[in-house]
Amino acid sequence: MQLALTILVDGLSYASWLFIVALGLTLVFGVLKILNIAHGSFYALGAYAAASVVAWFSGSGASPSLSLLAMLLAAIAVAILTAPLTERGLLRFYYGRDEVLLVLVTYAMFLMMEDITKLIWGANPYYVSEPYALFGNIDIGRQSYVGYDLFLVVLAVVVGLAVWWGLNRTRAGKIVTAVIHSPEIASSMGIKVSRVYMVSFAVGIFLAALGGAFTAPMISVQPGVSVGVIIISFAVVIIGGLGSIEGAAIGAIIVGLARALAVHIMPVAELFSVYLVMALVLVFRPEGLFQRIQARKI
Amino acid sequence: MIKLLITALLVFLAALAAGAFVPRWLQFMLTMALANGLVSLGIVFLMRGGVVAFGQGLMSAIGGYTAALVFNMLGWQDAILLPLLGGLMACLITAPFAPLLAGYRGIFFSMLTLAMSMVGYGILVKTDSLGGSDGFNMGRVTLFGQTLADQQVSFTVYAVTLFFAVASSLFARIYFSSTRGLITQAIKDNELRVEYMGGSVSRSMAINFWLASFLGGLGGALAVMALGHIEPNFSYWTASGEFVFVAILAGTQSVVAIMLSSVVLEVVRSFSSSYFPNTWQLALGLFLLLVIRFLPQGLGSLRPGKKDAS
Repeated sequence: MQLALTILVDGLSYASWLFIVALGLTLVFGVLKILNIAHGSFYALGAYAAASVVAWFSGSGASPSLSLLAMLLAAIAVAILTAPLTERGLLRFYYGRDEVLLVLVTYAMFLMMEDITKLIWGANPYYVSEPYALFGNIDIGRQSYVGYDLFLVVLAVVVGLAVWWGLNRTRAGKIVTAVIHSPEIASSMGIKVSRVYMVSFAVGIFLAALGGAFTAPMISVQPGVSVGVIIISFAVVIIGGLGSIEGAAIGAIIVGLARALAVHIMPVAELFSVYLVMALVLVFRPEGLFQRIQARKI
Repeated sequence: MIKLLITALLVFLAALAAGAFVPRWLQFMLTMALANGLVSLGIVFLMRGGVVAFGQGLMSAIGGYTAALVFNMLGWQDAILLPLLGGLMACLITAPFAPLLAGYRGIFFSMLTLAMSMVGYGILVKTDSLGGSDGFNMGRVTLFGQTLADQQVSFTVYAVTLFFAVASSLFARIYFSSTRGLITQAIKDNELRVEYMGGSVSRSMAINFWLASFLGGLGGALAVMALGHIEPNFSYWTASGEFVFVAILAGTQSVVAIMLSSVVLEVVRSFSSSYFPNTWQLALGLFLLLVIRFLPQGLGSLRPGKKDAS
């Protein structure tokens, strides 16, 4: 029972930040039809930016609790600074191309951003452990858990609900939905599709950077952090179904639990358990759990 | 056909002669480029049917591990035999998945192959008997039972790799123009119509997958023979990304362009890592973006004369 609880808490904690990152990935795919390999690089940018800002905050003698706000601001700054540059300055020239070719375009972006990140922050690791201790430890049963891990679960729920509300209950969300269904008709109705693309991409980047910023206190921020995150967030959205918020949530929970199960019961399977689950889901539900099967066109 | 065979023979002899006079570092670079080009050639077999395999690194790793294991454990050291065994093993291990994968299209095919390669990577990293994340070394190959001197090994591996590259390119050129090859091209345009006309889409795609697996294993084994070392990173997604990179760079219109693209990638990588050690990925990414933007059909589309012939 204790082991099951530990697996559940570990799995949910891992799923929480992964959900935030995957939500951005699935949003960008849903609107722009781009499976963005560079999403992991924006996650890394968020982590680096948070590490720098929190270090500066700590140095200035500000209250440690304000570091959470600093991490949020770092993610917003990453989105505001990089989204127009990458979407308007680069991606828009490739719209309408084959989706696999677009994956390659984002692969090129990923390669470039790896070096740009190294040029800005260098090759040495950054540590920002202060926020991790903010919530202390919380006892559940006989086991003690780090409060920050549970805070991330709450953050993921809040972010997920906010995105769902934004897309389903606001005028802006309805505009985005119209663009998803038909950019041409939306454009003929007076919607500025290019602006919707840019804002959606910026929100996607913000979510990646937010995931990176709030995991920064749990990891050593160093070159290469983006590489692992890319494929694992791909697994989440593929399991859930591309373009689906509910799918991203369920996908993240499945991935989180699969990994936690492997770590606690069969450590040798930790590295591939997630991909095994992804392969199994694709075998039985080729378009993911929350995606309707599309008819083939003649 | 005769003209094609003579051209292939002339290309082989000319490249062999050129290889004998170039410095060893360039010989090694060309060997790696041709070995990796073989893996990318496999991707082109699938790309012509409208799908892109993002997990060819797994085939390359299977070929590489097979060659190195056979060398170390069975003592079979022949430079011709080892790549063939690597290709066959990749084909055998992935054969059961071919009928399943034949039903997938678009990004889902790419992601399923990617998942398979990452499962392979995870297994290889955790298998201590295969050296874990460090991998293991293999020794110097022989040719037809002859032990090779130090200065001969590099050229021999280059010659064998060149032979397999030319032979596979020739096979690909003939296959692409055959009925099966043309069916594959038709599948990309409209697979339902292919079925209505009596073609088997799933069988064609499965055969393409087997061929791609064989070429992946072949290329992986040749790369390991040149490097003298194998490790799980062969199966990591970034390795697969590079193979796709070459396939996209080349396009599907010319088999020669695939080998040339692989050489171009190696040259760009080698020179940018030598002259811009901190920004070589930046240069590589920029290069890829420019190719996709201005040569959407790949380097193969630059070929003068008829289009879409091969």
